Amino acid sequence: MAKVDFSNYDTVGFYDEMFSATNAVRPTYEQFKQRLEKLNNNKLKYLQHATDRAQLSLGMTFNVYSDNQGVERILHLDIIPRIISGTDWDRLAKGLEQRIVALNLFINDIYNDQKVLKDNIIPRDLVLSSVGYLKECMGLRPPENVWSHISGTDLIRGDDGDFYVLEDNLRCPSGVSYMLENREILKRTFPEVFEKLHVRPVHDYTHHLRDMLESLTNESPASIAVLTPGIYNSAYFEHAYLAQQMGAELVEGRDLVVKNDFVYMSTTKGLQRVHVIYRRVDDEFMDPLIFNKDSLLGTPGIYEAYRKGNVVLVNAPGAGVADDKAIYAYIPRLIKYYLGEEVLLPNIRTYICAEKDDCKYVLENIETLVVKQTDGSGGYGMLIGPKSTKKECDEFVAKIKNNPRNYIAQPMINLSRVPTLTEDTIEGRHVDLRPYCLYGKDIKIVPGALTRVALTKGSLVVNSSQGGGSKDTWVLD
Amino acid sequence: MLSRVANTMYWMNRYIERAENYARFMDVNFNLSLESPPDAEEQWKPLVVITGDWPIYESRFKTVDKERVIYFLGFDPQNPNSIYSCITQARENARSIRQEITKEVWEQINSLYFFVKEGLEKKQWTNNDPRAFFKKIKEDCQLLYGMFDATITRSDGWHFGKIGQLIERADKTSRVMDVKYHILLTTHQQVGGPLDLMQWAALLKSVSAYDMYRKKYGKLTALNISEFLILDKQFPRSILCCLIHAEKSLQEITGNTAGFSCEAEKQLGKLKSELEFIDIEDIFEIGLHEYLDGFQQRLNAVSVGLYDSFFAAQAQVQMQQ
Repeated sequence: MAKVDFSNYDTVGFYDEMFSATNAVRPTYEQFKQRLEKLNNNKLKYLQHATDRAQLSLGMTFNVYSDNQGVERILHLDIIPRIISGTDWDRLAKGLEQRIVALNLFINDIYNDQKVLKDNIIPRDLVLSSVGYLKECMGLRPPENVWSHISGTDLIRGDDGDFYVLEDNLRCPSGVSYMLENREILKRTFPEVFEKLHVRPVHDYTHHLRDMLESLTNESPASIAVLTPGIYNSAYFEHAYLAQQMGAELVEGRDLVVKNDFVYMSTTKGLQRVHVIYRRVDDEFMDPLIFNKDSLLGTPGIYEAYRKGNVVLVNAPGAGVADDKAIYAYIPRLIKYYLGEEVLLPNIRTYICAEKDDCKYVLENIETLVVKQTDGSGGYGMLIGPKSTKKECDEFVAKIKNNPRNYIAQPMINLSRVPTLTEDTIEGRHVDLRPYCLYGKDIKIVPGALTRVALTKGSLVVNSSQGGGSKDTWVLD
Repeated sequence: MLSRVANTMYWMNRYIERAENYARFMDVNFNLSLESPPDAEEQWKPLVVITGDWPIYESRFKTVDKERVIYFLGFDPQNPNSIYSCITQARENARSIRQEITKEVWEQINSLYFFVKEGLEKKQWTNNDPRAFFKKIKEDCQLLYGMFDATITRSDGWHFGKIGQLIERADKTSRVMDVKYHILLTTHQQVGGPLDLMQWAALLKSVSAYDMYRKKYGKLTALNISEFLILDKQFPRSILCCLIHAEKSLQEITGNTAGFSCEAEKQLGKLKSELEFIDIEDIFEIGLHEYLDGFQQRLNAVSVGLYDSFFAAQAQVQMQQ
């Protein structure tokens, strides 16, 4: 049986995480490559198959929104890891820290003094018209003045080998359970490589998460709950997983009762107070009295309890104002404004359709650009100009003209690639990188991330809902 | 614990126990048909009747035959009590209380689900002898009980689960005994005759009671078998034994030791005492079928009591005041 062989592996045209442009293996992958080359192709297939089985039996499944309920899929985990050097990681982590501090200062400023608007650093209309901006939150100061305690930032590595921020997720970033479970699975797949390589551990993430949540209340023992929309939510596996790993209660809106502006869970022994809620329910579904009046998911009165400081909501409602894709373009300026520092992790050049000149450029060059909806996520409502038909581009031109505030555009960036198993060979596939930050009294970033991979040849869309898979991410010492 | 979680734990265990018992029901018929005289007709209707789902069956199928009954009880997604439906429900329940159970329990329920789902896809009911399939269901359920007992803390959640399991088991034992009532003996076969006793033995085997019965009574008689399955205090599938242990679990939850502190305790205590102070002759005098029928209704009242006392959202607010 033929052994795994990289001699025909094609790196042309893209930054490859494993091989340089001259097809020399990068130092981070040397040991792993040696290990792979000892395997024959059948064994490799077997390992991949065992991984699929492991995911099914762990119940790491999700429902895709457009599918019928009950259709479960696994997020395909490719067994070839994405390996990052310790030096690259440490630089990345510094940049993330800088960014998350500035973003939280920005959110807190917007809901309080609005100095940044008075100083004309960012257009007032742009901020106040963001769907993530909640006027109900004006004047609030959450514990430690932190609004986004749990965030996930999407990064990519471009052709030049540098990392760029693609977008911020400050509301309910998902995927951290995949970071943790992928690692558990890969440890079983390649035990010997782990022993030699000194991969930095990620398993203590849920301990840090619990510590951070506890630090937000003075109550002891703190009663902590994870609020989920329920088992039909596509990230339900993660909600249950995090609750279990933290030893927190997993609750749905209907389990919570608000009395005299305090929040309780209804238990078999009566009502029990809740102090901190890690909520995985969007702002508009939290409280039907304040936000979406038709929502069945929320708990009436919870917002008032929050306003009075009787319960901590993580992340804080309103934090989404800072991960609006139009505001993203201003983040380097915000970092300079709040911290007096130059940005460590650069943005991608972004055209804001709400601004006249930018909009003109976008409309004229749409076939070369990637257009995104400012409030979209999950890869929905997006146009990749170079890969779209004239008709699709024209549709977006109409949409942009109709509501410019709702769109931004960026040049097409070639995401870096990592070798990935296909039906019968190993080929490069495009990846991004989502590390997770915890921010309470201080900032904690575990050395690991979710690497999402576009499994379809040539595709740049890594979202799980659009044919993306994942890889384990190894940060070396 | 959360009322919703307690309720889910209770039902998850009921569903698993139900699935296991349905797999056992199949066994009754296979045992019967194997040991029947060659001219005796296989009777599949009684099996559906005792589950209480005859009305659903009748509304969907015109004829009763082996393949259809096996499909209906084992795989039919439209029968809410089929093994497939029960396991699917149990898994949905397990998913929604994932944080209350251990990885072992979850993975076992999950793998059982995939096994049954595969059975549905492979049309196992068309298999002439699907006993291996049902045996595996039974064993997988038992493995699950073992993991449940061996890995989960004896918290309220465990006890609610236990109560669910025991109430379901008591109900199903009462129903499997009813098979005897519904199986027709032709005129020249007598009560107490060889065929009658053979049927009783098949019934004992289907609830794994044959060995333990033999050990205690030796000889097969209808009276003794009924006594063993209804009133034995030590055999884990007898009705009384189930109620005794369900009550113990309930008292662990409430902390109450005498009398009753809630509706659930009142109903369960009453039913248990009734069985403690009745003998098998009394039951035969009432009529075995009639007695079991009444028992099933009183058992339902216990279930309703549990709901009102612990699971309904209103209940807690009242308890609070």
